[in-house]
Amino acid sequence: MNSYKEKLFKVVTYTASMFTIVLLFGIIVSIFREGIPLFRVVSLKDFLGGLAWYPTHENPQFGIRTLLAGSVYVTLGALMVAIPLGLGSAIFVSEIARPRLRELAKPVIELLAGIPSVVYGLFGMAFLAPLIREWFNLDTGLNIFTSSIILGIMIVPIIASMSEDAISNVPKALREASYALGGTKWETIAKVVVPSAKSGIIGSVLLGFGRAIGETMVVLMVAGGSAQMPKSLFQSVRPMTSTIAAEMGETVVGDLHYRSLFAIAIVLFGITFLSNLITELVFLKRR
Amino acid sequence: MSKRKLTNHLGIGIIILTFLITVVFLIVFILRIFYKGYSVLSWEFLFSSPKEAMTAGGIYPAIVGTFWLTALSIALALPMGIMTAIYLKCFGRPWWFVKTVRIAINTLAGIPSIIYGLFGMAVFVNLLKLDVSLISGALTLAILALPVIINASEEALRQVPNEFREASLALGATERQTILKVLVPTALPNILTGAILAIGRVAGETAPIMFTAATFYTRILPKSLSDEVMALPYHIYALMTEGTNSAKQVPIAYGSALVLMILALAISAIAIYIRFQIRKKRKW
Repeated sequence: MNSYKEKLFKVVTYTASMFTIVLLFGIIVSIFREGIPLFRVVSLKDFLGGLAWYPTHENPQFGIRTLLAGSVYVTLGALMVAIPLGLGSAIFVSEIARPRLRELAKPVIELLAGIPSVVYGLFGMAFLAPLIREWFNLDTGLNIFTSSIILGIMIVPIIASMSEDAISNVPKALREASYALGGTKWETIAKVVVPSAKSGIIGSVLLGFGRAIGETMVVLMVAGGSAQMPKSLFQSVRPMTSTIAAEMGETVVGDLHYRSLFAIAIVLFGITFLSNLITELVFLKRR
Repeated sequence: MSKRKLTNHLGIGIIILTFLITVVFLIVFILRIFYKGYSVLSWEFLFSSPKEAMTAGGIYPAIVGTFWLTALSIALALPMGIMTAIYLKCFGRPWWFVKTVRIAINTLAGIPSIIYGLFGMAVFVNLLKLDVSLISGALTLAILALPVIINASEEALRQVPNEFREASLALGATERQTILKVLVPTALPNILTGAILAIGRVAGETAPIMFTAATFYTRILPKSLSDEVMALPYHIYALMTEGTNSAKQVPIAYGSALVLMILALAISAIAIYIRFQIRKKRKW
């Protein structure tokens, strides 16, 4: 009787763990199943390289190069905002600030990471975009620049929190050795502490990248949404995630437009999967 | 002043500056939401339905919808998550299986939320014919919450000292009794902290419920699992992008955002507080 219960318990928990694998497969299979049939009609080259995204046109065209470019520009812009701010804040908190502030900073960072992205989107759309439009005298404030700032601020807590962990894990002895050799505070930070925490910092940036390229609401609300190759920072773009979110409602289940949005999801999945894989490898190397 | 000293001051100055920029920006952001949101906040706003095509009235159906979506998805994900964590931590064999499960969990955790939305639409809404409904949305959000809960639960189980397990086994308890009566109860506060953080995450998600559960406008509250629901995050998005009267809709969006932000912050704050208390009380 008892051994039967033991066995049952093990089988139940085993099945639950098995379920995660099934889920992952389910997600992969379902987006491929819905997306792949597009390539019977549109070649992979036209899909990835084509400049025209006219999914509802009479002669529909499904080139996602402008959407890819939109995602890449906004993500890189966000990282350009978030890396200096996040890394700088992490260094400040762990190396320069008093311990009291450090104890306060950690939970505050966690709280900030919990603010829903749609709230950032609202702030960008209703507050920052009109300001940017006025300051730079533009037609619209919904562009790469504004969405990079909002998205960047949104991922600062991720980068700051993980980098701070990595930096405060650097052994104290290394810092003391640097000071004993006459190094200044800055030299100790730049030449000893940060290089020692390198893999953790790179990991945090990769995580921020994955988060930024997959983020939907901020870019949907703030990036403007026109599928064009941007010529400047102040032009509006249509990243992949916002294309899916904005257009899925207009499609009919199973038509080419529907399939093309799933095909975009495959590309998006591939990119985030790769960045996760690289993150894993970076951390594996550290251990 | 020597060149090294100058570089030192300059470097430190830049670091302090980046910190200040971050703090100032976040303060402006939070104050803006509070200030604009507070001006529309009232009992009337919290407990009445939207009126006149979203240009007036309150957000009660959206609050109720978000509550049910979140509660259902956590109720689905929590038992699955804890059981998975138990297997990984306490049985942990064969290694290739555990390794594969871990890879699956990490991959799931990194998938963009819009892809969860597509999966939910393809499988729950279309394939299983659950339609755009509370249950489709809750299932989709449960999958999204699962990796968070598994990781938190496993970490919590890992923190229970091995002596506890050994003592229980030495007293003649079986593996199952040890897990259910010693390990899980000891780890429970930490598991709950993880679950609460997952609640905060799930309550604020928009992309996964866009095509699976959320509707722009309904005056009635959900009566069954197969009803469409309003939800706070989607409501904010809809107010900002649909409709024609943005002068009246934007203040309502700010009000909804304030409510959502307070909810999310309060939930996270509770989790952080519980964890603080556990660390203070812990005797091992």
